[in-house]
Formats: sequence, structure tokens, C-alpha cells
Amino acid sequence: MSEGTKRPFSVREIREEFPALRQLIYNKNLIYFDNGATSQKPKIVLDAINMYYSKDNANIHRGVHFMSQKATTEYEASRITIQKYINAKKSEEIIFTKGTTDGINLVAYSFGELLSAGDEIIITAMEHHSNIVPWQMLCQRKGLTLRVVPINKKGELIMDEYDKLLNSKTKLVAVTHISNTLGTINPVKEMGAKAHAVGAKILVDGAQSIQHMSIDVKDMDCDFFVFSGHKVFGPTGIGVLYGKEAILDSMPPYQGGGDMISKVTFERTTYNELPFKFEAGTPHIAGGICLGKAFEFLSSLDMVAIQKYEKELAEYAQDMLDTFEGCRIIGEAKNKTSVVSFVMEGIHPFDIGTLLDKQGIAVRTGHHCTQPLMDFFGVPGTVRASFAFYNTREEVDTFIAAVEKSINMLK
Amino acid sequence: MTIEEKQQEIIDEFNIYDDWMEKYEYIIELGKDLPIIDPDKLTNDRLIEGCQSRVWLDAEVKDGKMQFSADSDAIITKGIIGLLIRVMNDETPETIAKADLHSIGDIGLQEHLSPTRANGLASMVKKMKMAAIKATINN
Ligand SMILES: Cc1ncc(COP(=O)(O)O)c(C=O)c1O
Repeated sequence: MSEGTKRPFSVREIREEFPALRQLIYNKNLIYFDNGATSQKPKIVLDAINMYYSKDNANIHRGVHFMSQKATTEYEASRITIQKYINAKKSEEIIFTKGTTDGINLVAYSFGELLSAGDEIIITAMEHHSNIVPWQMLCQRKGLTLRVVPINKKGELIMDEYDKLLNSKTKLVAVTHISNTLGTINPVKEMGAKAHAVGAKILVDGAQSIQHMSIDVKDMDCDFFVFSGHKVFGPTGIGVLYGKEAILDSMPPYQGGGDMISKVTFERTTYNELPFKFEAGTPHIAGGICLGKAFEFLSSLDMVAIQKYEKELAEYAQDMLDTFEGCRIIGEAKNKTSVVSFVMEGIHPFDIGTLLDKQGIAVRTGHHCTQPLMDFFGVPGTVRASFAFYNTREEVDTFIAAVEKSINMLK
Repeated sequence: MTIEEKQQEIIDEFNIYDDWMEKYEYIIELGKDLPIIDPDKLTNDRLIEGCQSRVWLDAEVKDGKMQFSADSDAIITKGIIGLLIRVMNDETPETIAKADLHSIGDIGLQEHLSPTRANGLASMVKKMKMAAIKATINN
């Protein structure tokens, strides 16, 4: 984490910085509880987007002129901001991607090229489809075996089973840091150490953790860490793959094109150095620069206080929901945060979601791109409220009243 | 009653509500009242898999008129199905094939019929029309 003075956490002050929160939906004050899907953007990010396109727009890494130089400098400065924020050793280890999905696909393709038939990949039962399907594709392409760490009824990984799955054929463990459906926080540091003990690497899907806790990839000692900009108060279409330098160096390029080359002839092409080797073509320049602004914003906040606040908010919501007859909380891990998934006996999640929407409350309903997890819990989907630090207790109270009203209408 | 008169009747019924929640209260009542599809017709070949809710649809021609029955696991979806069936049942295949189902949009529920809504309703309307078109060809 970058040092500097942190302002004391005040939800009222923070809300001021998110213009999207101040609007009426169906004539009701918006309550945005769909932060797991995407986050709203602070003014500093919005202003940077506007500024970039109204003044600084130019292509990077290739222009001699003033604007191109400026855009390049800012884009690279953003890389350093992110490097410092997640405590990576070098900025070369920060690869800009389109998002989590893109980062996982990059690793599945490129790291996958180093693997051979008979090797094994381990994922878990609570992964997002984007941390399942790329590995299935790789396994098919290379003749590898995919193993799945099971979970218990509370929605926690069964660590004994994980231990049993690890062996000398294991080459990679891909695990979500926080489950987008259950809110479970997984022991990724411990899992990484165990993976390393058998010579495997670990990829941590940080799509749901980067916005909720301070991340230190050095301390976590993960080999890859991926996340999406749009879930961490930045723009859509940009994300980050962190990878340890030595591993990234050993991996072949993922896509070919401009920027990723050092010298091209028709006979032979040599590739550029990290991070550019993995960044073919004109990148999402505005996205990269503005994601840096999102991290500047985060750096000014007290993440420890925020993590505590969000956890309490989610617990408060969960306790209130639990008082409804027929309510079943999906995901009751001891170590969880920011997400409350639930189903109501005899009521379809879609119906609750529709009625909440008409009361100005944005939640998500459905399988949340985790169909195997829904099958495990035997539900067609859940209603999911997912919180950010700009949400309030008053909003939770309004939400609970709206849930009650919806249930009464649907019963 | 013509198909147009039926649609006008629905629009008039909804016109008395100016609040969204009241509208939905009414749709939910319709959903609860809807005669359930014959249980042995809840088969996979009649299932329309939406991302959010599932819909079963059965279409028959009786005495030259279309007869639909349907069900959904979500009650709001079921209520809207009830409206669609009310409009389309007992009509000739030709009428249904040509019908402009504007009433759902007119009462403010167009979003539910949008293909991106993923509740299976957009596919259901398509299937109802297809069944009618097939029946006109078979005639
Ligand atoms: C845990 C997790 N992994 C991966 C993703 C995919 O993120 P994106 O769609 O931004 O690539 C998400 C998004 O919902 C997620 O929650």
C-alpha cells in the first residue's frame, strides 16, 4: 500500500464524490446494492475521463509529439500507481488487460503453453464462470485434468480436500479471493504456500477483493493476481494482470500485433520486454489512466476502517434478513464480507428483484455466473445485495422494508 | 371480443393504477389466478430456458382456434403470461400470426418482453407466433 495521509472514513463525505448515487429511480432515491456487478465512479475518475478525451487524447508509446508523450507518461504513471497500491516489486509486473476475464484467459493461454498432457489444474467449487471456462478450454486443448476443491454447506472451501488434490502433477491453482455469490474470503495466502510446496503456481481472482481490502501481492505471495477496473471504481474495459516477473518472462506472448514487438521481419519477429510483450495493439489508454485515478482515490482512504464498515453493513443486512420466516442465507462462511445472497422459501428470486427494482433498489438476481454453485445449494438463483463503502445503514433499513413489502405481495 | 378489444380492455384495467407497485400487485394476482398448465405438460420440450426464470408453453389448435397454456416458476412472469394468453387464446392462427401485441408495451411492461431481459418471455411470444404460423400452414 502506498503511504501518505489517509482521511478518516466518513460515509457521508464519500457519497458526495459519487454523482451516480444521487438520482431518482421510479421516483425513489436510488439504493445501489449491485456493487458486485460493477461499482459507481468517483468524481476524480469522471473528471479524468472527460479531461483525457477533451484535451490529452493521443496514441501512446509511438509519438514524438507533445500530446503523445503526455499520454504515455500518464499511462505509465498509472501503472506505477497500481504497482505501489498492490505492492508489486516492479511496474513491469503490471499488465493492463480488458478485465478479470481477459487476464485469466491470458494466463490460461500463455502459461498454458508451458504445460503438457497429464498436468493438473485446480479450481474451486465457488468460481465465477470466467475462472472455470478458460481452464476447461485449456484442459481440452492440452489434455490436462481439471480438479475442483469442494465446499461445505456454509460456503467455505474444504481445505483437507484441497490438500488431497495437490500433487506433483499440479501446475496451477486458480482461486477466487472473495466469492462474488457467497462473500466468502478464501485463505489464498495459505493456499499459495501449499501450492508452492508441490511446485505449482497460484492465480488469485481478485475481482471481488481489490475494492474491499488492502491487497499486498508480495505478502500474499501469489504468482498471478487479476482484477477488473470497473469493479474498483474505475472505467469498464480495463483491468490488471499482476504476475511475478520471472514467470511472465517465461511465458510466450498471448496476442500478436503492434507495441508487443521489438523487431519484425517476415522471417522472424522478436518480442518486446515486459509489460509490453503482453499488451498488443493500442490499449485502452483512457481506461488505464483513469484506473490510476481510481487507485489514487483509494490510496487516500483508510481501507482498514472501510473493510470493517463494509463487513458490519453486510452483517447487519444479513441479520435483518434472517428474521424473515423462510429466508435462507446462501453463504454463511465465518470469514465473509460485503455480499449477502438469499432465497425466500416459495418465492422466485426474479420476483423479489423485480419488485425491489420498482422501489428504486438495484440488486442482482440469478445465478451470478456461478451455476455450479447454484446446483450445489439446490437453488435456481439467489437475490444478491452487494455493498460498497458508500452504502449506508439507512439504505439497508429501506432495503429490508422493501424486501418485506415484496414478500407480502408475493406470498 | 376481437383481439384488439381484448388488448384495449387490458390497457383500461391498468390505466387505473398510477403507481408501479400497484401495477405489479395486479400482475401478481393475475399470476396467482392463472390456471396451472396440466402438470404432465411441464416437460423439457415445452420448456423455454430464460436466464432468470423458466417458462413452459403448450400450444394446441382446437376447432380452428389456438389454445395456449403456460406456466413459469416466477409469479410476475406468470402474470404477464396470463395477459398474453388472454389476448391470444381462442383466436385463429391467422389472427395471431398477424397480431400486434402492443398492449404489454402500452401498460409499461415492454421491458419484460425484451430479449435481453432473459426471463423467457420474449422467446415465449416468438413460440406462440410460430405455433400459430405453423397452424396456418397445416390448414
Ligand atoms: C469473482 C469474479 N471473477 C471474475 C469476474 C469477471 O469479471 P469481468 O466480467 O469484469 O471480466 C467477476 C465479475 O462478476 C467476478 O465477480
